[in-house]
Amino acid sequence: MLTEKVKPSASMNLDHRGRDWYTDKAIALLVFVSGISAIIFIIGIFVFITKEGFGFIAGPLNVREFFGSPAWRPTSLRDPTYGVLALIAGTASVTGLAMVVSVPFSLGAAIFIGEFATGRLRETLKVLVELLAAIPSVVWGFIGLSIMNPLIIDLFDVPVGLGVLNSGIVLGLMAAPIMTTIAEDALKAVPDGYREAAEAMGATKWQVIFKVVLPTAKNGLVAAVLLGVGRGFGETMAVLMASGHSVNIPTSPFDSVRALTATIAAELGETAIGSEHYRALFTLGILLFVVTFIINLTADLVVRGVKKK
Amino acid sequence: MVGEDVKLSVRDLSISYDGQPALSGVSLDVHEHEIFGIIGPAGSGKTSFLRTLNRMEMLQNNMTVEGSIVFDGHDISKIKNVFALRRRIGVVFPLPVGLPLSIYDNVALAPRLSGIKKKAALDEIVERCLRRAALWDEVKDRLTALGSMLSGGQQQRLTIARALSQDPELLLLDEFSIAVDPVTTMRIEDVLKELKEEVTIILVTNLVQQARRLADRTAFFLSGELIEIGDTEALFNGEVKDQRTSDYLEGRFG
Repeated sequence: MLTEKVKPSASMNLDHRGRDWYTDKAIALLVFVSGISAIIFIIGIFVFITKEGFGFIAGPLNVREFFGSPAWRPTSLRDPTYGVLALIAGTASVTGLAMVVSVPFSLGAAIFIGEFATGRLRETLKVLVELLAAIPSVVWGFIGLSIMNPLIIDLFDVPVGLGVLNSGIVLGLMAAPIMTTIAEDALKAVPDGYREAAEAMGATKWQVIFKVVLPTAKNGLVAAVLLGVGRGFGETMAVLMASGHSVNIPTSPFDSVRALTATIAAELGETAIGSEHYRALFTLGILLFVVTFIINLTADLVVRGVKKK
Repeated sequence: MVGEDVKLSVRDLSISYDGQPALSGVSLDVHEHEIFGIIGPAGSGKTSFLRTLNRMEMLQNNMTVEGSIVFDGHDISKIKNVFALRRRIGVVFPLPVGLPLSIYDNVALAPRLSGIKKKAALDEIVERCLRRAALWDEVKDRLTALGSMLSGGQQQRLTIARALSQDPELLLLDEFSIAVDPVTTMRIEDVLKELKEEVTIILVTNLVQQARRLADRTAFFLSGELIEIGDTEALFNGEVKDQRTSDYLEGRFG
């Protein structure tokens, strides 16, 4: 950035650091701070929720009751119990069903968009899928409440349509666009040369996809699924609205359940700061944080390819 | 040595991309068990020509092909099973494409696709093809290693082994030595000389001397036209009909 004001003789002074040098250093510092801010934030969040939950973990927490009991009764006056088994079962059943719905759906969509659709159809589909991913979760919850609920009541002749089935489907549809986008990126990363080489050997389109493209894109596809799982696990609003929100270990797809996330969202506002209940909710937060962290870390490691030697 | 039976007969072949002609009015015959060289500068239509021979043009939807190509008595534009055609015509691309499978699976892929499942039969094919591509000795102890981890020259020989795995009758080589060192190039050339006893080979090359070393007959393409075809030795000895051919052969342009 040599402006006209800077005379050549000035810029030739080898012992003088000009404005450019300071600008460069300042920008480098700014970018560095932005870069490490992610680390600072994540550590900050972890410290905060740990601090708030610590009083519970160190004090009244009974590990056996916490993980082994399905009774989440934090507001009971006589004998409050903090069992998260039912909440974990609720989250797991909803997320599990969501994956059953969304994995085949989004892999199919990714294969169609990436390998079959061409030209304008392909571009339109990609834009639409990305639009779908941007729909706010409360809208999905609304769909669960007002469309899926009566539909399930009608179709299966059950008294209530809010439960594992409803929220699993809603969550599945919600996670599908993100999984589709990431899976499609993974397919696109497979060099065209591989496809041509396989086609030149007389492989049919399906053989090319199953024998060459999918195995090559395997890591990216697994990561797409894991990120979908992470999304389902952490989703709050849609699950809160569509699951029925009653503490329950489900025995049928129509049972109402309550998710970890929804519990925090629904109860935190009504607890006294610093109370046992408040701290127990933060302990749920730690549990969620750890699990999503593990899922995302695994996805990340898979993307980087824990390569076979 | 060179049979006089026509393996491939091309008549009035024209290729265009979005209306832009890439090749116009090419007619030629390729005989059984010969190495047929195609030379010419970049953009002369050599690769487009090769791609049409096993119907790879279907993969590019802006490419139009006119004229007739008869392979072994079949008009290839009319055949119904393109996949079967491609299994009889092996292709080696300019850049080695080691599929991210093991060395064994790379070679066994095509036989498996066509339904061979027995381990013993596959073992036999893999060893035979790797031997024919002069790669067996280097990789026999690590057949389970990833094909894409081999060096460029080894990958190119792996590609040749793969192209041979279905016993093709016609082998198309598109500038196979572009990413390969001279020593490996020579090894592959020796392999090709042996292969022509069994297979008909069409060799597209940018290296004029490579055509001279390998090809029985050579065709010279320029700007989408076939300038001339002749016996390779005769061409290099100056028996040319067109001045442009000798200019190219002697390196005055291109």
